[in-house]
Amino acid sequence: MARLEYLKNVVTLNLDAGKCIGCGRCTEVCPHGVFAIEDRKARIIDRDLCMECGACQMNCPVDAISVGKGVGCAQAVLTGALRGTEPNCDCSKNCCGS
Amino acid sequence: MSRTTKENSFITHNGRRIPKVPTELCWADKFGGWKARWAIGRMKYSVEPGIYAIGSPAENSPVFVSANYKMSFDHLRSRLVGRDGWILVLDTKGINVWCAAGKGTFGTEELVNRIGAVGLGELVKHRTLIVPQLGAPGVSAHKVKQQTGFSVVYGPVRAEDLPAFLDAGMRATEEMRRVTFPLKDRVVLIPVELVTGAKYVLAVAAFFFLLAGLYPGGYSAALAVSHGMQSVLILLVGYLAAVVLGPALLPWLPGRWFSVKGLWIGLAVLLLGGLLVGRRMELLDDRFSMAAWVLIVPALTTFVVLNFTGASTYTSLSGVKREVKIAVPVQLICAVLGIGFWLVGCFV
Repeated sequence: MARLEYLKNVVTLNLDAGKCIGCGRCTEVCPHGVFAIEDRKARIIDRDLCMECGACQMNCPVDAISVGKGVGCAQAVLTGALRGTEPNCDCSKNCCGS
Repeated sequence: MSRTTKENSFITHNGRRIPKVPTELCWADKFGGWKARWAIGRMKYSVEPGIYAIGSPAENSPVFVSANYKMSFDHLRSRLVGRDGWILVLDTKGINVWCAAGKGTFGTEELVNRIGAVGLGELVKHRTLIVPQLGAPGVSAHKVKQQTGFSVVYGPVRAEDLPAFLDAGMRATEEMRRVTFPLKDRVVLIPVELVTGAKYVLAVAAFFFLLAGLYPGGYSAALAVSHGMQSVLILLVGYLAAVVLGPALLPWLPGRWFSVKGLWIGLAVLLLGGLLVGRRMELLDDRFSMAAWVLIVPALTTFVVLNFTGASTYTSLSGVKREVKIAVPVQLICAVLGIGFWLVGCFV
């Protein structure tokens, strides 16, 4: 079974290697293995696997990572577009999945 | 509104009474979980935030952090069989860990506040928290350490890996840190997608049913029923095919875009429908009806599968934005054109 991958060349993930201290938090929290530590620095090994969950950005102690965090949910994008706001799941009414 | 889980037992620790929860799930727990998967009572399925004991915890027992969605809580405690520990439940408004982390409710602020609220520092001697890895989008480990003195260790993605994780000295393998989307996990989402989409499908069906009575002579209720039934059947088959096969066959449907994956399902429905019953329903004779369904069915199936992005585990917001920007206008145009042809077909 092919590994599930979404669109290519679209994510807003950015790693500033200059700021990186090689703590490894990004590798600890990323659910898709986007990062690896090589030579005591983090490196993006497959940016198309990124789902922009923001875990890496949230846990980088030196703010070396930036990403446009958001939920990859079509309903959220459409609801936001209809209301003129940012993508919004409106979890109070309906939350998908578990 | 929240419900407590068998909170009729307590332990006493350092002079405090802490509710104790079993690691075995009872029938009511499992039934509640099943119902939640069918969107029954899902938005009110929570436990009271606070601190709970598992087994016979002492001041050096590990602290696990959970959301207050009862399914998350049950899932965690059922994997700690035979262990002693504390479960710190955050108020995530009854939402599961990953979604709540994305929204920020399973977050730094709530975790820091909850630690203070339950007096965790007095309960345990150590200063370590085991936070589920999927809580990371909301929790800043270094900020939690700064504000509470507690160090965050991210536990495995799946609670079932906790025993191995703990036995290895709180160390996770690469697999434990990866979210996959296997068949089992995709299929379990079908009921809730089906139930939450049902009201829209019924509304659309009603619309077609009512309009189906139109004919050159005016309006006929009998025609509404017969012609309407036909239309509703096609819509239902298309909807069910998309909502079941989209998730089930996701990796095998060609294309990265979810709408493209949905297109194959739509084409299959048209082909099979046309071959099997098209002749019987005299649909193939009516070119306007045919044109209508050729437009409407794919618009429907591509839209339904596109909506599965929200329940998937790997789509990025940027990617979804790109897909929606292009796919939805196309779906809208096809749907409007299709309905147009269908209406013309009523009068011809």
